[in-house]
Amino acid sequence: MIANYGYKDGSGEYYISIDTDKCIDCAAERACLTACPKQMFEIIEDDYDDQVAWIKKPNCRTLSYDCADCKPSSGYTTLPCITACTPGAIKHSW
Amino acid sequence: MITAGIDMGSRSVKVVLLEELDVNGAPQLKYGVKKVHIMMPGDLDQDVSAEKAYDEALAAAGLKREDIAAVFATGAGRGQVAFAKEGVTEMTSGAKGAVFMFPAARTVVDVGAEEGRGMKTDAEGKAIDFAGNEKCAAGAGSFAEAMSRALQMTLKEFGDASLQSDKTIPMNAQCTVFAESEVVSLIHASTPKNDIAKAVLDAVASRVCAMVRRVGIEGEVVLIGGMVHNAGFVSSLKNAMGVDTISLPDMPEYISALGCAMIAAERQH
Repeated sequence: MIANYGYKDGSGEYYISIDTDKCIDCAAERACLTACPKQMFEIIEDDYDDQVAWIKKPNCRTLSYDCADCKPSSGYTTLPCITACTPGAIKHSW
Repeated sequence: MITAGIDMGSRSVKVVLLEELDVNGAPQLKYGVKKVHIMMPGDLDQDVSAEKAYDEALAAAGLKREDIAAVFATGAGRGQVAFAKEGVTEMTSGAKGAVFMFPAARTVVDVGAEEGRGMKTDAEGKAIDFAGNEKCAAGAGSFAEAMSRALQMTLKEFGDASLQSDKTIPMNAQCTVFAESEVVSLIHASTPKNDIAKAVLDAVASRVCAMVRRVGIEGEVVLIGGMVHNAGFVSSLKNAMGVDTISLPDMPEYISALGCAMIAAERQH
């Protein structure tokens, strides 16, 4: 399942997509949990009893601000969460 | 076996009591609905609302709590249903219920009071892709309700009025508060109410459509949730999505509760 967490507002579309099929048997030992400086990722048991990552609810409403520090404008060339997720389950829409 | 699905929406509590039937035939004959019940809670305690709605549904069906094999909850307040065995997300229950009602459905759009979401589903009713808008209610029913109040119309009148307009007036505000002042400006500019109603519903449809496009539009499109009752919104959504038809269930606000009760039944085996 591709789970899109985030929102669209007047300033743009801010979604983090997590491919839960790649996430179930994480080959990166859940590196996203520590890679995100804001610790937005959390492991939950989804509706199909699989352990997968999701974005914490409060962060889903503030992604454009929460992720700003890791974007190219802040000196990063790649996002820490995407780099840490070696199975390639995480994508940003912006 | 009878199971219960409780959909704890932000505006109302929906209960479906579902009986699994022992039949050989089409999958649609496998379940029979014993009773559906809806309640608009007068109090803010969602756990109290859930108890009341569940008890009322049981009483209406002539059942006792011990007759129910499992209670599952869904919706924004699903965590508040203390007596539920399990909780499932709105995406999982909505997709399940929609595919049960329309087996060819592969794109499910759920627009309730406070939130809208789009799901892609497989033939079994399993959500395989979803997107919502976690931030604001501008793509949901409460936005339309607030705007209909500004126009001093009922929601029914508001939806019907929009169908009388063929004008396209873009609404730029993305927030309910700012959109209301935009509506007031249109009123001051003597814009006909029909055109304002269409502008508002086009704006809601456009926001919902943006979410659905994230997951992609595929196969039969089904709209569930309370906004199905708004004919103007359905028309606007059809235009925004560029589809000829959108399938509409008879009791759209119960589809998530239905899916939830079905999942409860499946997990008892």
